[in-house]
Amino acid sequence: MLGWIDDRLGAASWARTGLRKIFPDHWSFLLGEVALFCLVVLVLTGVFLTLFYVPDATAITYNGSFAPLQGQQVSAAFDSVMRLSFEVKAGLVMRQIHHWAALVFVAAIVVHLLRIFFTGAFRRPREINWLIGIGLLLLALAMGLTGYSLPDDLLSGTGLRIVYSVVLSIPFIGPYLAFLVFGGEFPTAQIISRLFVFHVMLLPALLLGGVGIHLAVLWIQKHSQYPGPGRTEHNVVGKPFWPSQVLKSTGLMILTAAVLSLMGGLIQINPVWTYGPFIPTTVSAPAQPDWYVGWLDGALRLFPPIEVTLLGITIPSPFIPGVLLPGIAFTVMTLWPFIEARLMHEGTREHNLLDRPRDNPLRTGIGVAALLVFVMLTLAAGNDVVALVFNVPVETMTNMMRIAVFVVPAVGFGVAWRICEELRRGELHPLGRDPGVMLRRTPEGGFEEVEPPD
Amino acid sequence: MRGERAVTAALIASVLASIGLLVVYVFVGGNAQAEGLLLGLALGGMGVAIVIWAVALIDAPVETEARHPMPSPGETRRSARDALDADRIGRRTFLVRLLAGAAGFLGAALLLPAFSLGPAPGNALFQTPWRRGVRVVDETGKPIRPGDVAVDTVRTVFPAGHVGSADGQTLLIRVPPELLTLPDGRGGWAPSGCVAYSKICTHAGCPVGLYRARDHSLLCPCHQSTFDVLRGAVPTFGPAARPLPQLPMEVAPDGYLVATGDFPEPVGPSFWNVTHREGKAGSTPSALPSVRGGEPGPS
Ligand code: FES
Repeated sequence: MLGWIDDRLGAASWARTGLRKIFPDHWSFLLGEVALFCLVVLVLTGVFLTLFYVPDATAITYNGSFAPLQGQQVSAAFDSVMRLSFEVKAGLVMRQIHHWAALVFVAAIVVHLLRIFFTGAFRRPREINWLIGIGLLLLALAMGLTGYSLPDDLLSGTGLRIVYSVVLSIPFIGPYLAFLVFGGEFPTAQIISRLFVFHVMLLPALLLGGVGIHLAVLWIQKHSQYPGPGRTEHNVVGKPFWPSQVLKSTGLMILTAAVLSLMGGLIQINPVWTYGPFIPTTVSAPAQPDWYVGWLDGALRLFPPIEVTLLGITIPSPFIPGVLLPGIAFTVMTLWPFIEARLMHEGTREHNLLDRPRDNPLRTGIGVAALLVFVMLTLAAGNDVVALVFNVPVETMTNMMRIAVFVVPAVGFGVAWRICEELRRGELHPLGRDPGVMLRRTPEGGFEEVEPPD
Repeated sequence: MRGERAVTAALIASVLASIGLLVVYVFVGGNAQAEGLLLGLALGGMGVAIVIWAVALIDAPVETEARHPMPSPGETRRSARDALDADRIGRRTFLVRLLAGAAGFLGAALLLPAFSLGPAPGNALFQTPWRRGVRVVDETGKPIRPGDVAVDTVRTVFPAGHVGSADGQTLLIRVPPELLTLPDGRGGWAPSGCVAYSKICTHAGCPVGLYRARDHSLLCPCHQSTFDVLRGAVPTFGPAARPLPQLPMEVAPDGYLVATGDFPEPVGPSFWNVTHREGKAGSTPSALPSVRGGEPGPS
């Protein structure tokens, strides 16, 4: 087999180097792999769903097996999702696995990104993969948003409406852009088929291509590694690609799929039949989006009712939290490797040994603060639920969150900085105390130092 | 030895779960819990087997591989640069510029089909189906008399002939007339205490679905914007900054509620030129002739 291929491609030489390539072993290197394997599950389940889904907004009468909705006017898209969930064998489990895999996919990407950030793995020469990675994150989010809206249920329709309003809020081009994207004033019949084209064709093509480049760059640059005995900036210590790494990764892939299957089977998600079809004059309450959009929803909720009109130009209230905030956040994130290199006066040094978070208190502090902003905004997106649970007025909740979104990250920054400093100081004195010196009285009446026993 | 036994057990578990899955699929069918569980176990057994195999049965020594700095040696870089040398192309400055310019024009031309995706906003954001003399009807198309609405209740209403209209959806609330303090010039807009406001939230467009009779407030469930029904639906809490536009109404001679014009301001979420509207401001609302395809600016 190898001979046949080698005769035609000369494959043996790169197979030799490839198979013997060294991969350092650390659990945190598996996070990106989990994201990759979620993508595999998403593609497989997604293909199945595509074979049943109908991207059509035409109104028809539902007459499937779910009694409460029988006789209602629904879109053909919603109808096909209902059929997939109730009539198609294994349809519901596939749908639920797909949705869970999407949530875990984005989560794995985010945790992977945090690992990269806090260990400084984005530093030269890996800025390039940082940039590609941010692009992949954005694509994953776009996939989530477009896929979420396809069932054309009440909850996702509400989400889509908010997206429309946020696009509309962009000064000057907003109305044009919103009409181009949606095909007119919300709600439009065209949007479902447009989302479908993006979700099953354009975005996956970009995503898969991007993942390929991401991995190729990783392959060329070789893994970074944590400091340890024998590990330097100029080597990689670990186990060869074949067989141990290949087997471990294959095992991890199948285990990821196993966990997603269990979740998809046992934990209900996005039960569109309880939300009902999208009707433009009704709304479901409370309405929470998928977790990774929560922070933007929270920002929309917390933003004060300010709408300035200057020289006849209005800045609508959703513009700042809905467009400017994520715009700035993603810009800073994208440019972070270059910002940090400037701040730390890095030259052209290459970094192949990773930092521990404590080694760079400033970076760690900033990362913790940014993470806390995200968490606070996400919490704010559930302010109505939290208010209900704790029986406080939602107004109080919102006003508290308006303060917390600034105070908590600031405190977090200080605490993270202090912890880093303490940990580093602790290293100078292992076990946190000064071991001291042992002295012995000499026969002459002087003192001499004794080697500590160990 | 123990590793081998573990791998065997995991693989057998996987096989059993696969068979179970087959049985469930063929004979039970459509049981998501059982299918997910068995699929999870079948995959899980396989995954566990492979991981144990990798960890316990393969004895891969830790190895060290040298790493070379990423930049190529100066020599290589120079010769690559020579190969790329601009001399062969770059000398024809004029042609290069022309080529770049032509490519720009071509790109712009190729972009044009994108504009087929949607109409220009024109006046669409500034108008709804409400017109002078149009009857106020409920979801079933039935016209409404002020007496049909109980005090402190809310109905979703539409312009006659446009039931279900997304931008014409309106909330009709009846309150004790003496409590109303509407803005100047809207004195006659609320016959018998029937006030009507656009149902589309001025924040991000959700239907304002909840009415709180206690303080005569409308609440938007999306981001909790709150509007005061008695004072022209001014926002009292949350992120919405504009009042819900009020529909001017009167009682027609036949006793039914009719609109006396479109909403005086655009309904729904704001946009940059939301305040640009000629001939529709103030207390003399009248139907604008529909001008499609124009600029959304002042016309
Ligand atoms: S859409 Fe009503 S508060 Fe945001």
